[in-house]
Amino acid sequence: MKSVKRTDWGRRTPPIGGSNFELYAWFFMRISGLFLVLLAAGHMFIMHVFNDTLNLDYEFVAARWDTPYWRTFDWLLLTLSILHGTNGLRIVMHDNIANKTFRQLALYGLYFTSTAFFVLGTYVLVAFVREV
Amino acid sequence: MNVKVNILRYNPETDRKGHWEEYILEADPDERILDLLHKVKWFDDGSLAFRRSCAHGVCGSDAMVVNGENMLACQVLVKEVSTPIKIEPIRGLPVIKDLVVNMDSFFDSYKKVMPYLVNDDEPGERERLQSPEDRDRFEDTTKCILCAACTTSCPVFWTADTYVGPAAIVNAHRFVFDSRDNASKQRLEILKDVDGAFRCRTAFNCTSACPRGIQVTKAIEDVKRETLTIN
Repeated sequence: MKSVKRTDWGRRTPPIGGSNFELYAWFFMRISGLFLVLLAAGHMFIMHVFNDTLNLDYEFVAARWDTPYWRTFDWLLLTLSILHGTNGLRIVMHDNIANKTFRQLALYGLYFTSTAFFVLGTYVLVAFVREV
Repeated sequence: MNVKVNILRYNPETDRKGHWEEYILEADPDERILDLLHKVKWFDDGSLAFRRSCAHGVCGSDAMVVNGENMLACQVLVKEVSTPIKIEPIRGLPVIKDLVVNMDSFFDSYKKVMPYLVNDDEPGERERLQSPEDRDRFEDTTKCILCAACTTSCPVFWTADTYVGPAAIVNAHRFVFDSRDNASKQRLEILKDVDGAFRCRTAFNCTSACPRGIQVTKAIEDVKRETLTIN
């Protein structure tokens, strides 16, 4: 018979200073999800219902980005969708890639791609200057 | 009537993995799945291994997968399931023999959430009083019998054996929302870990698997929200 150590009997010392990351990630998904419904629906109506994507040209985008309001709208859509999507994929990878090394590699790949898209998108939104 | 029963057998001394064996049994429609297992063990093959104690849905020993769903073999009648009846051990835990699984990690997770009353205050003249409303707050989760039907039906638990699982969170819920208990914060600190309550993806398998009808997913969501309020 294997001897069993009973060191875990009695009171535990309360864990302190644990990370709140999973808690906030969970809460963020709910809040960003709400905002994304509004932002994505707005984006879809503007691009596909009120206008036709076939008719969208440089002039249309430049006119929209003349106002900081639409730049902010697009930047919020970009940021929230990338963060929401990245966290979702992080969860999927944690659940489905059992091998620790592969999981870590996949996660690094995900973080790299997301950061690249975020930086690129933000750069375009901030640095865009209309050519006359 | 004759019933065809397929059981996923595994003998650690001779088998590398499990294999199906078929049994044709004479059974009454009102007999339980557990009675079928008894017939096999007592009159056909005495080497069949499975757990059962009270045989009346109270002890929680005989949780198994019947026709793909987790249930207690002592709670389900032959007429309630389709034939052939396929019986497997619960999933996600290592099989010791036939329908018997090693439940060590399941009980380790259970112990991890401090499933006992913590209160060092003086109880007063008689007992610690509690209003019926306060008692109702955790009524549902007092019904848990630790059969592991919920935890072993959870798709997250199948792939991540470090996840504490629904049963442990249900038993944390039972004390977290008990007005007489003083260690809610400690339990929630334990459950906010990456393998704690936030690992739940609300698949609802646990809720449909629970033989006691506990609203397991709801209890887990309660715990998540409560964690938010203490932080």
